[in-house]
Amino acid sequence: MILSGKAVCLGADIDTDLIIAGRYLRTKDRRVWAEHVFEDLDPVLAARMKGAVILAGTNFGCGSSREQAPVALEEAGVVGVIAPSFARIFFRNAINVGLPLMECADVRCSNDAPVSFSPDEGWVEADGERCAATPLSGRMLDILAHGGLVEYWRSQQ
Amino acid sequence: MSTLAERILGAPAGSFVDRPVDRAFVHDGTGVLTLEAWRRMERDRLACPERLSILFDHIAPANNSTTAALQAELRTFAAEQGVHFSDVGSGICHQLMSEGIVRPGEVVVGADSHTCTLGAFGAFATGVGATDMAAIWASGSTWFRVPATIGVHLDGTLRGAAEAKDIALDYVRRLGMDGGTYMALEFLGERARDLSMESRLTIANMAVETGAKAGLFYADDTTVRFLADYGIQTAPQAIEAGSYRREITLDLDDLVPLVAAPHRVDNARPVEDFEGIALDEVFVGTCTNGRYGDLARVAAIVAGSKVAVRTIVVPASRSVLLAAARSGVLSTLIAAGCTIGPPGCGPCLGAHMGVLGEGEVGLSTANRNFRNRMGVGAEYYLCSPATAAASALAGAITAPEGTA
Repeated sequence: MILSGKAVCLGADIDTDLIIAGRYLRTKDRRVWAEHVFEDLDPVLAARMKGAVILAGTNFGCGSSREQAPVALEEAGVVGVIAPSFARIFFRNAINVGLPLMECADVRCSNDAPVSFSPDEGWVEADGERCAATPLSGRMLDILAHGGLVEYWRSQQ
Repeated sequence: MSTLAERILGAPAGSFVDRPVDRAFVHDGTGVLTLEAWRRMERDRLACPERLSILFDHIAPANNSTTAALQAELRTFAAEQGVHFSDVGSGICHQLMSEGIVRPGEVVVGADSHTCTLGAFGAFATGVGATDMAAIWASGSTWFRVPATIGVHLDGTLRGAAEAKDIALDYVRRLGMDGGTYMALEFLGERARDLSMESRLTIANMAVETGAKAGLFYADDTTVRFLADYGIQTAPQAIEAGSYRREITLDLDDLVPLVAAPHRVDNARPVEDFEGIALDEVFVGTCTNGRYGDLARVAAIVAGSKVAVRTIVVPASRSVLLAAARSGVLSTLIAAGCTIGPPGCGPCLGAHMGVLGEGEVGLSTANRNFRNRMGVGAEYYLCSPATAAASALAGAITAPEGTA
């Protein structure tokens, strides 16, 4: 599996309140979350999410367990998220809603440069340079291939 | 030798295990998406309704008709399925689970990041998202990667005005916001055993602020006595030295009241560094510091005086509110000019009941001071109830009496 998009560079410790603010959570309309994604970090980011691969610093997705955070990214058109480390609840939530992500320590980021990555082979290529990344486990890949945990779970019954 | 997390999950660190959960809960915020995911799984009945709870706390009572409609759906679902349900005004999910539900050695999963609070009982308690929770509703179990553990030794004796919240802020600043990622924290030493259950809940609550999956205290005589008051018979857990990934020691002798400055929880320094910063609001409450002892300490400090800024006090549960009403703590707070909110999360998540305006500065006993969380364009500092009370009287950040 090889995924690609254009880079959006973000810093470390991006919390789920910054990904989607608490004031937008009381709805089931996913478009609301996509519209307001990263609003409190930088209001222009939402318009750059279509086809984006987010290259972030350590501890991406820390804080609240809100699943609206990965759903907002996915709904806004994000292809995947690459970071040296993730907050664990965000990591599980992303896989569960079908948003690919990978841990990669050394990736260099230039905004809008092409990025490719392979969750099963375990590499990220950004700005013309390829880095080793932690491949996802078999079960996680399976969940992603089904489009999320709900679909995976139904396929197992 | 095993850590407490390894013993409860029954496998060494690094293993993946599928484990039935003993207790699982959602609140009004995460319950909505959980219910949606569960319906998409196309099951008629919950796998283990007797182990599940739906507890309204985040926006309780509802702030508008959209929220009210979402809550009505969950309320109906809980009644149809016969699930343990607590409605608006009952209190914060973690607090209610601590009032005679969670027991030592259990695996507890909540759709809220601060589920780690319940590690205070020697349970393995951790937060998950909505879809993971839906799979638990459907199957009764979930998967875990058994975490490596950081041993946090508590050494020395708390002195002066320092309290449990300062211990929590101290380990968060020592480990940093991702120092515990993918791991568990285990609180160790004689001083850990001296702490009350309320203090342990405060300390375990903030484990997730280091990225940790869980924060555990061994169940001991204090735990056993606490649960006996709820009619639950349990036994202490045998303490054995585990194999820790890392160990740190907190010296309580030298600990002073701390304040975490915006916008990072690990940005904590002695309260003196911030003295004189003018405040627009003080908030006392949350799953970190909304318990009876917290309210009582605030009341003791403000008794007979008037607060100089708007001060919002939100008890963590109806039991806490009732105890405060019966003991006179509540009337002391009201007489001092505090505003009392209904039991629940209050303004902590930035949705209602005390959210700050742009440019305003607040001081809170909560656990997160993330940018814009409790008000767009506002700044929130975090502290203990004692520091909050002293600061409320002064209208500016102030060290509580007895600060060394």
